[in-house]
Amino acid sequence: MIIAIASGKGGTGKTTISVGLAWALGSSAVLLDCDVEEPNAHIFLAPEFQESESVNLLVPLVDESKCTGCGLCGKICRYNAIAMLNQKPLVFSEMCHACGGCALVCPVGAISEVPRAIGVVERGFAGAVEFVHGRLNIGQVFAPPLIRAVRKYAKADKITIVDSPPGTSCPVIAAIRGSDFVILATEPTPFGLHDLTLAVEMTRALKIPFGVAVNRVGIGDDRVRRYCAEQNIPIVLEIPDDRRIAEAYSRGEFLTDAAPEYGALFKALPERLANMARGC
Amino acid sequence: MKIAITTTGDNLNAPMDARFGRAQKFIVYDLDSNSFEVVDNQQNLNAIQGAGIQSAEAVAKTGARAVLTGHCGPKAFRALSAAGIKIYNISGATVSEAIEKFRSGQIAEAVSADVEGHWS
Repeated sequence: MIIAIASGKGGTGKTTISVGLAWALGSSAVLLDCDVEEPNAHIFLAPEFQESESVNLLVPLVDESKCTGCGLCGKICRYNAIAMLNQKPLVFSEMCHACGGCALVCPVGAISEVPRAIGVVERGFAGAVEFVHGRLNIGQVFAPPLIRAVRKYAKADKITIVDSPPGTSCPVIAAIRGSDFVILATEPTPFGLHDLTLAVEMTRALKIPFGVAVNRVGIGDDRVRRYCAEQNIPIVLEIPDDRRIAEAYSRGEFLTDAAPEYGALFKALPERLANMARGC
Repeated sequence: MKIAITTTGDNLNAPMDARFGRAQKFIVYDLDSNSFEVVDNQQNLNAIQGAGIQSAEAVAKTGARAVLTGHCGPKAFRALSAAGIKIYNISGATVSEAIEKFRSGQIAEAVSADVEGHWS
């Protein structure tokens, strides 16, 4: 089973829930930290990495001796990564989404595709928990290919927990697509509700069963709760606004260190979510 | 020699557009004949990315050898430089004021991008 933890608004508890859940499940869990722009699950789990692989994109390289300056490569590029200047293509490889279109349309075979490293995938174990994360290289902006490389380590025979980036854009879609259940973390504030509604729309468009985790219960107002009731969205987890939990987090400790009662709740969560996904 | 000036309007009294990549329009002014044409840049105004690069391509097509604009980011700078087009940063002027300043040599050529991308 693959459980993705996502959110519209950042800072609502995705990592708290992801690492808490993984730690409680122990050897039956694989944690994939897909927030490759700023991975932080390793700070809590302190895994020992055994393997590291580079993730590359194939970007165009122009052989100017063959190029006739026809400009077809620049025309097909949706991402403005090739400019035609003085009848010569100028490639901005950092803008390239590696679709390969330019090499395909070049009538004289002047474009070859060469690998450009965008980041690394690191794998290891944190205690009994299998751990995988991606780290996007500094200066890179194109995260989805690296996220997909991390997502390949989802395991069918384990509970795979996907710690997603925040928001509702391409990196989030890349992280949660193919999940069996999405937990949308939010907080009971107007800002939390606003971004939750965006995340709900996104998850519905992807047709993935989902529920809401409300973090810092006690602050704000009851509009998140009312919204979930109106929309028939199950609230699968509630975490109180408790200073002890915040202090534990700031020390890099687990939710269950500050609030041990969540251990049993986390252990039972995958089966509850599986039942919800089946409509039981 | 032709020069391109970023602007929000379509005549010489119009204010300059401080942006290069997402400039609304370019006025391409011929210093020899004192005539000009207006080039619309609407398609780049809404580009998902790489507006500066495409604006550089659009300017290169007009035959302009210099750009007068408010600010120019690193990718646009690289593209304009590759096309041999010089960049001059000038702020708060109308198109005609910018042309006069350029003609009288009051503005220095930019030697690098003066802002990061997406500066506005």
